[in-house]
Amino acid sequence: MIHTHKFETIVVGAGGAGLMAALYASQGSDTAVLTKLYPTRSHTGTAQGGIGAALGNLDEDRAEWHTFDTIKGSDYLADQDAVDIMCQEAVNVIYELEHMGLPFDRTPEGKIAQRPFGGHTSNFGEKPVRRACHAADRTGHMILQTLYQQCIARNVRFFDEFHVLDLLLSADGQATGVVAYEIDTGDLHVFHGKALIFSTGGFGRIWEITSNAHSLTGDGPAIALHKGLPLEDMEFFQFHPTGIYKMGILITEGVRGEGGILRNRDGERFMERYAPNLKDLASRDVVSRAIYLEVRDNKGIDGGRYVHLDATHLGRQVVETKLEDSAEFCRTYLGIDPAVEPMPVQPTAHYAMGGIPTNVDGEVQRNASGAVVPGFYAAGEVACVSVHGANRLGTNSLVDLVVFGKRAGKAAAAYCQQNDWAELPAETWQPVQAMLQRMMDKDGQYNAADLRAEMQSLMMDNVGVFRTEEGIQSALNRVRELQECAQDITVMDKGKRFNTDILEAIELQNLLDLAEVTAASALARQESRGAHSREDFKARDDENWLTHTYASEVDGKINLEYAPVNITIHNPEERTY
Amino acid sequence: MRIKMRIRRFNPEADSKPWWGEYWVDVEESDRVLDALHQVKWYQDGALTLRRSCAHGICGSDAMVINGRNALACKVLMQDVGDVCQVEPLRNMPLIKDLVVDMEPFFAKYRAVLPYLINDNLPASGERYQSQEARARYDDTTKCILCAACTTSCPSFWANEDYIGPAAIVQAHRFIFDDRDDAADLRLRVLNDVDGVWRCRTVFNCVQACPREIDVTRAIGEVKLALLNGLEE
Repeated sequence: MIHTHKFETIVVGAGGAGLMAALYASQGSDTAVLTKLYPTRSHTGTAQGGIGAALGNLDEDRAEWHTFDTIKGSDYLADQDAVDIMCQEAVNVIYELEHMGLPFDRTPEGKIAQRPFGGHTSNFGEKPVRRACHAADRTGHMILQTLYQQCIARNVRFFDEFHVLDLLLSADGQATGVVAYEIDTGDLHVFHGKALIFSTGGFGRIWEITSNAHSLTGDGPAIALHKGLPLEDMEFFQFHPTGIYKMGILITEGVRGEGGILRNRDGERFMERYAPNLKDLASRDVVSRAIYLEVRDNKGIDGGRYVHLDATHLGRQVVETKLEDSAEFCRTYLGIDPAVEPMPVQPTAHYAMGGIPTNVDGEVQRNASGAVVPGFYAAGEVACVSVHGANRLGTNSLVDLVVFGKRAGKAAAAYCQQNDWAELPAETWQPVQAMLQRMMDKDGQYNAADLRAEMQSLMMDNVGVFRTEEGIQSALNRVRELQECAQDITVMDKGKRFNTDILEAIELQNLLDLAEVTAASALARQESRGAHSREDFKARDDENWLTHTYASEVDGKINLEYAPVNITIHNPEERTY
Repeated sequence: MRIKMRIRRFNPEADSKPWWGEYWVDVEESDRVLDALHQVKWYQDGALTLRRSCAHGICGSDAMVINGRNALACKVLMQDVGDVCQVEPLRNMPLIKDLVVDMEPFFAKYRAVLPYLINDNLPASGERYQSQEARARYDDTTKCILCAACTTSCPSFWANEDYIGPAAIVQAHRFIFDDRDDAADLRLRVLNDVDGVWRCRTVFNCVQACPREIDVTRAIGEVKLALLNGLEE
């Protein structure tokens, strides 16, 4: 059965960016939010340590210092005009969250409490600054809950457990809606809209060890890619230094912010050698590489692929009040009390710096020259503004999603007021229905879980923290074979109701397509910058590679174009911490 | 180690009533029940249906009954389940399929307590201040992830599904005791209803069930006291 709906603004994804966008879009347009989960299950809720803004509540701080740190952290690949907007607007948006009721921790005087975080400094790199506003180590949970609460207060319309499978563009290329699969019934729904905002999050499930939820399968960017739109800077994916060994579950950088120390098998504080000034609070790409190099040098704990994160000297009070959730993860999954014993950690695939290219109002770009798709917006991890460049600073993902979620929501509402309804294309639900039918009927050779596991281990070994041409090429070749195999999967569940079996197969196809784009973009970039670290091209090469990658799919092949970085404030310099 | 999974199955398109499916899985001691369920779904029967997302106890998707007790499947380790791991959907909720229940009645009760800060007196600029003591007053109940483990473990809720339930009271508590909020009276009125807070018989099942270790019964007790004595200033 096919259902049709008409809403001026359609938001896809109900994490922090989607909810913030919905709050603003709904003030000026009839708005619906679609999510394949329930809003409160979104991955924003797992963000822990804090959200950065130069409030200066504890140390002198300025937005321009936050801007500098973000640009330097990005290894000079971020667009500086966008970074400047984010860091300037961060301050007021934090106050706005407080006004919405977000329960920030407080200083003794009752102001919003702040703590140090990796790469955040005062006076252009001089010393660590307390900038990360926090609510224990569940800041993301509080943001997600608070934004959802406000959506309830303002009667925002939700379609929970609706999985979007296609994006509809009008004949002249305007965004006109989406096709969604109602998980409970298996029915298709056509949502006709004027403005469309994608806020579907990341795709860390490409890798074996990841902090990301099972549901982070990159549906948004994959759908955009399938529509011929480009994805920007996909070779830059952040590995967070401190995932729980083997499981990938995140241990917040707040542990190091509170004074935690990384140690190798000799008990040495090895970050002193890699980042003499900021040490354990250097930016994430630097710390993750250091851990890999220690392990390679046989300095891993017991010769294994992990090191220790030591919080035993912080005292029980700090561990139990400021790092409560991380402590709980250690007790639950490792049987370890971090106030007494060090935590075994290894880098874990964490955050997509790349994604759907947008300008500072969230408008999606259709090519490297910056022309936009009218009516189409993206915000949050799915988008690449770019404010994170080649490496994101801790706390800036939350800053990004509230600042640019708000900007996209406002821009979408204004667009709705200024524009008429664009016509839906001739075919709306038919291609999706045909695809679903094909998958259901297929008596295929392959099992989705096997293919997924192989992709994850390939990408971990060859397109992870360190990369070589040979490794990336071999992964790319095999990913392309796996894409073929993924067309030949048997869906075991033949029912209509709550068929998560077929959805997992579709999600796998999305992941494989994004793995291909990631590997192809990484193969082409012959330099090391931020999270993209090539052993065969160890230096950053500003002369040839101070550029954004735009990857699109043309006739089944990945086509790469490049666009200049917007450098308006700080000229690239050597990056040391 | 090899463990038998005993899973309550129900396919609304084929079954007239639920039945038990039995499956053997090979797991590590440190694997989660969620991993074992995935092993069944991914390699034995793709039709096995459950909700899950973050897999580390934060998103609240995978609350279910494991060996008779409410828990998140991603927070129970296989080393702790014994020889047979029995898994059922949450009790007293409309069953959709296998381990998936209809959450809408649960969220309707959540919405009924006005779960958002109500205060029209905002400072002209900057933040409102809140003392550390005032912030600590409602800290425990900010941890709630709306997984429904508490409400569906409560015998009062089993007996009367109109009971608003511990989760909604926890959510109300989070605002009633936040000194920035002005609408405690409105929420207390909702909770003073015949199906409100007084249906709690302090059985403490909710405390045992809560995967976030919220002291749920204490929170409910504080709401009862606020109704009897008024809010402390």
